[in-house]
Amino acid sequence: MSELAAILICLCGGLTGGLVGVGGGVLFVPALTIFIGLTQVEAEATSLLMIVVVALVGTYRQHGYGNVRLREALIIGALSPLGVLLGVVIANNVSERALQLSFAALALFMAAQLVRRARAV
Amino acid sequence: MPAGATPDHAIWKLAAIGTLAGAFSGLFGVGGGTIIVPLLIFWFGYGERLATGTSLAAIILIGLLGAVAQGGIYGNVHVGTGLLLAIPAIFGVVLGTAIQQRIPQRAVSYLFALLLVAIAVELILS
Repeated sequence: MSELAAILICLCGGLTGGLVGVGGGVLFVPALTIFIGLTQVEAEATSLLMIVVVALVGTYRQHGYGNVRLREALIIGALSPLGVLLGVVIANNVSERALQLSFAALALFMAAQLVRRARAV
Repeated sequence: MPAGATPDHAIWKLAAIGTLAGAFSGLFGVGGGTIIVPLLIFWFGYGERLATGTSLAAIILIGLLGAVAQGGIYGNVHVGTGLLLAIPAIFGVVLGTAIQQRIPQRAVSYLFALLLVAIAVELILS
């Protein structure tokens, strides 16, 4: 029963990934911890594998639809390790709660901008 | 500048998106897509489909580099479970990209805004 729930949530994770261009980890991690019983660390690591698979298939499909700029994606991806290092430095100097609230505020701001922009089109 | 290749002087913006995506995925465990998609739309004027497609391509690399960088965490990957659960996820992503081609682009923005609000609520409550 819990395996079925995990399968359905992972289906939704892939669906979300395809619809809005994210990896789906936001759903894979809870599916793996709650319904499969992995620890948080194991779930995040396993989710990474699933994200790569989903992103590969999603990119293949979107490339077929003419919706991928490979050069731009390569530059973005190649610079991400620099960001990870920056994130470690920040995490060591700022409280976790302050970071969570800052990112929550940024996410809400971006959501409002997306809606405003979509309405104006 | 919605169409055509990115001019050289704008490459620093792509670099900034990559750096921010890496930082946020490291800090919050959210995938880089949460940052990449809105910034490609805001800074480069990409349509929603182009932004999400390009984001997925960047995520392949971010995911692979993340796995390598976190060499320790790699030992924690449950490969069998991950690959088995990747099967429904693959069905999902094929379905999701197909649906995305058939809905108005602005609907993708609304869905993305919904996802961002959900993430914000989760962060505030955690």
